[in-house]
Amino acid sequence: MDALTLDGNAAAGVLQEVFAAEMTAAAGTCDGCGAVEALGAVRLYTGAGIVLRCPHCEDVLLKVVTDGGRIWIDLRGLRTLELSA
Amino acid sequence: MRPETERVKTVLLDVDGWQGHRAGQHVDVRLTAEDGYQAQRSYSIASAAEDARLELTVERLDDGEVSPYLTDELRAGDAIEIRGPVGGYFVWDPTVEGSVLLVGGGSGIVPLMAMARERASDGSRVPTRLLYSARTWEDVIFRDELEQLAAAPDGFEVVYTLTRSQPPGWDGYSRRVDRDLLAEVAPPTDELAQAFVCGPTPFVEAVAEALVGLGHEPQRIKTERFGPTGG
Amino acid sequence: MPPIISRGFRGRRRDDAPEGRVPPGQYLTDDFPVLSAGPTPQTPLENWDFTLVGEVDELYRWTWDEFRALPSDSVTADIHCVTKWSKLDTTWEGVSVDTLLADVETSAEYALAFCDGGYTTNVPLEDLTGGKAWIAYAYGGEPLEPEHGGPARLLVPHLYFWKSAKWVRGLRLIATDEPGFWESNGYHLYGDPWREQRYWGD
Repeated sequence: MDALTLDGNAAAGVLQEVFAAEMTAAAGTCDGCGAVEALGAVRLYTGAGIVLRCPHCEDVLLKVVTDGGRIWIDLRGLRTLELSA
Repeated sequence: MRPETERVKTVLLDVDGWQGHRAGQHVDVRLTAEDGYQAQRSYSIASAAEDARLELTVERLDDGEVSPYLTDELRAGDAIEIRGPVGGYFVWDPTVEGSVLLVGGGSGIVPLMAMARERASDGSRVPTRLLYSARTWEDVIFRDELEQLAAAPDGFEVVYTLTRSQPPGWDGYSRRVDRDLLAEVAPPTDELAQAFVCGPTPFVEAVAEALVGLGHEPQRIKTERFGPTGG
Repeated sequence: MPPIISRGFRGRRRDDAPEGRVPPGQYLTDDFPVLSAGPTPQTPLENWDFTLVGEVDELYRWTWDEFRALPSDSVTADIHCVTKWSKLDTTWEGVSVDTLLADVETSAEYALAFCDGGYTTNVPLEDLTGGKAWIAYAYGGEPLEPEHGGPARLLVPHLYFWKSAKWVRGLRLIATDEPGFWESNGYHLYGDPWREQRYWGD
């Protein structure tokens, strides 16, 4: 895999802004293949925005774009997110 | 500012309203130039939660946007913008019983050092072994402090591997971390409770895969990838 | 909340921007940053093809050899990434989209570029024709590297560079505009750097 690729830990800051909660420990179920991983452990790519991808099937789990004031987030790739109360 | 090695410095920050952090967390540093140009990078917190100031240990990347500013330009009295602390996955959990393995490559040692400092300041006796991969002895960050931590009889051990060159008389490991090396250093699979692996992405991938290959539970292995930096 | 200005911070950009060449909000760079929404695909050339599908009279397809046999242009262009870096006078070689669409009959007014790895981006046909867009296979005199989109990428320099889709494999011609990968999640449908059309509502 690309040496440039980071993991979901690098998205901790922006996800905390979106969800007002720590998200890297949250377990996400990939809607593509059903695999479950903590968001901190999945692949992160930085394009025009941030993309988290399932490390098993490469499908997009979530996308985040921000203009500094608005945040857009696409969560369709996550079937479920499990957070600890 | 505290120099650590030739290319690594620790930046000590006074942060208004800092509420503390957990070892392993990081901050996002954002720099804004006078004309509005911005750059942002994440840096792991090196200090333990009890420390008076927030410490970021930064490796200067020659073609970096943010690291050269932090290591070369920043002066006492300057202000930078930080967001955090953030992270809840790659964090030290002092309540877990069983052995801990910390594996760091290059600047990946930083969050692991926060964990080692936190552990020491808590007075923890959780058996913890740190495997630290660096290019040369001169590149080992926090050398003296690690020697002190290892000397204390509280169950903390440090194993180094120096991958590029070794000092005269070196009798430690001198190769990249591989499965055999991990087999010798990691605790047995039924004893390992938590493993934290941090460093450049290829290093993290190789170590995590090797640990799983040795039979360790994947859920007990936490990873943090730093991208293609040196180490 | 206004950002904190860090004394003495400049970053890596150049500050000698020629008059009128750098759109608003952009900074000049000598680098060519690699940004990506996913892993670099590894399609072997013998499996590569470029297709025109959708609102077309028939399926158009070129294999790599057929594609490379088409007449090509040398292009010099300024490119502008929505993440604020601009690079002037970049040089490319590619097949003009005009060449690919030459015999195509269509009533479509838009196209959706689709790529290995699943990336898509939408561009009006008017912005892909008239000498404004290419399928580029070389950059700086060398074959286009995979991390920059090789074997071939869409090149539409007059729009923000997220529209110059890497690893492009074809165009789907469509009657009405359809947002692509980033356009469906906050980025502007059109993306004119000179009007700073970065996000929805700009």
